Amino acid sequence: MAVIKYIEAIVSAMREEMRRDDNVFVLGEDVGVRGGVLNTTKGLYQEFGEMRVMDTPLAESGIVGVAVGAAMYGLRPIAEMQFADFVFPATNQIISEAARVRYRSNNDWQCPLVVRLPYGATGGGALYHSQCPESVFVGTPGLKIVAPSTPYDAKGLLKAAIRDNDPVLYFEHKKCYLSQTGEVPDGDYIVPIGKADVKREGTDITVITYGLTVHYALQAAEELHKEEGISAHILDLRTLQPLDKGAILESAARTGKILIVHEDNKTGGVGGEVAAIIAEELLFELDAPIMRLCPPDVPAVGMNPPMEKFFLLNKDKIKDEMRKLALY
Amino acid sequence: MKHSRLGLTDRQVIDMYRMMLAARKFDDRCLVLQRSGKIAFHVSGVGQETGQAAAAFAFDGNRDFFLPYYRDYAFVLSVGMTVRDLMLSVFAKAEDPSSGGRQMPGHFGHRKLRIVSGSSPVATQIPQAAGIAYAGKLRNEQFCTYVSFGEGSSNQGDFHEGCNFAGVHKLPVIFFCENNQYAISTPYSKQIGEARIADRAIGYGFPGIRVDGNDALEVYRVVKEARERAMRGEGPTLIEAMMYRIPPHSTADDDMLYRTKEEVQENMQKDGIARLKQYLIDCGLWDEQQDQELVLEITRMINEETAYAEKAPYPAPEDTLKHVYEEESEA
Repeated sequence: MAVIKYIEAIVSAMREEMRRDDNVFVLGEDVGVRGGVLNTTKGLYQEFGEMRVMDTPLAESGIVGVAVGAAMYGLRPIAEMQFADFVFPATNQIISEAARVRYRSNNDWQCPLVVRLPYGATGGGALYHSQCPESVFVGTPGLKIVAPSTPYDAKGLLKAAIRDNDPVLYFEHKKCYLSQTGEVPDGDYIVPIGKADVKREGTDITVITYGLTVHYALQAAEELHKEEGISAHILDLRTLQPLDKGAILESAARTGKILIVHEDNKTGGVGGEVAAIIAEELLFELDAPIMRLCPPDVPAVGMNPPMEKFFLLNKDKIKDEMRKLALY
Repeated sequence: MKHSRLGLTDRQVIDMYRMMLAARKFDDRCLVLQRSGKIAFHVSGVGQETGQAAAAFAFDGNRDFFLPYYRDYAFVLSVGMTVRDLMLSVFAKAEDPSSGGRQMPGHFGHRKLRIVSGSSPVATQIPQAAGIAYAGKLRNEQFCTYVSFGEGSSNQGDFHEGCNFAGVHKLPVIFFCENNQYAISTPYSKQIGEARIADRAIGYGFPGIRVDGNDALEVYRVVKEARERAMRGEGPTLIEAMMYRIPPHSTADDDMLYRTKEEVQENMQKDGIARLKQYLIDCGLWDEQQDQELVLEITRMINEETAYAEKAPYPAPEDTLKHVYEEESEA
């Protein structure tokens, strides 16, 4: 097994799928010669040429609209939003079109499309290079939404997304690109869409999270265990739509104390849905109110370091909240 | 005779007329069905049939891809949909090939006929048309893509993004603007100023042509030439077909709030269907008796298909839950 970075997992998933299937192609701003402004398509242009690794005009609705057309024709486009913050002009193509093609045509047409969305704050990204826009899409039937936290999941979920016959939004946390390394099998594998993953077994409290905050929660759990003997069970959602209800309920029931953590705003975020699922099914197994830890409901995020630090979650903020829950 | 010079056989030009007339009669029937409460809603194509059918005859029905907009009844009939298909759609029945009774009428789709499923937000189909053409280029397939829209849609970002993309990649797309003068109640003068839609093509580096949408043979000529250019690898063409939407926007619209009876009357005189009929008569290909027989034949067909669609079953209520995603058994 090779140890690779999160970003390498993304590039290698695309490279392998493009080698495996001629119908797969990549399009977006600067994804070709430049290899992506975040280097997420590096080397693909050199191997597959400009037709399959296409630098598009700067126009997000056009990028997704073209991809929707190509997908309906029978290709498997991977459309890159340069930053997830710029997806909003394309929301009509995603929500009104891609998500509804199968339903509106009574299964006559399908739209096997992947939209890659580099999201989250990395430091200094300010209001328009830091957002977590996943909640905008989570309530849309017809979309699948994934948000891997590790290189293993990143590669396996991207491959699954490319092979899926429905549109998949693939949220890749920019801060994971270089900070996360991990073992990835040498051979072909997929991580199934719709399956959450227990990243740490525990008995006192359950933390349900996804993306970068999975790692903060894991660090916090290690420290709490070592320092205070608190045992945290950590569930990585991995797929935000459809949510893995079985895994959520099982992890919640394990401890009866649940903390939901994400970098997206609290109001309207995925956490609210997770909390509702638990409240609907498990009320009498709870030993504490369901807690949520998210940044405040303000736009993500101030450019200056003090505001940014105030806004963003980190290991210590999560650790404090986990302790509070354990002591409840 | 002009149609022969353009490469149309006598049979084809008569068929073209037949399609326009079938669309007109279908439309008239739908209005009656809506007014009598048998169907919920109808959006009309009256006044636009000539340009639609004429454009359709310029395509290769076995290869080309079509992204029509919601008034394109004459177009979809000309590329292979049937009056029964359309009736099943207005009655929202399970057998409706476009959507299984899920979408409003006018939201066409038929994969076998390469009629690409469409939605209601306007102009979304324009970049999609470019995407289909790009996919064809990537796969080395030889076909052309037709996408139509009203002049109102040409103000949407997706129009510009789709045209620009097709221009950059010299894609075989024909952008067919059915300029019917109104976006619901908003007249052309409040949408586009002094410019012509056709001129917008200059900004994308391909030809833009304005044509009289009531002149069937002229529309056929410009679309055919545009298709030939496209197939030679010379890229897209924007065609602005000038026409007039004779009825209100839909059965839910009162057009007398924003235009006059006189204006509508005046435009009815320019009807392209009557014009093509006269042409056929002048060519000696048609006469009043044949015309009456054709009207009877179409009326009979519409009666039959209305009855068929009215009796056809609705989808089962629980079919509501189907086809949000691919079901495992289909994968």
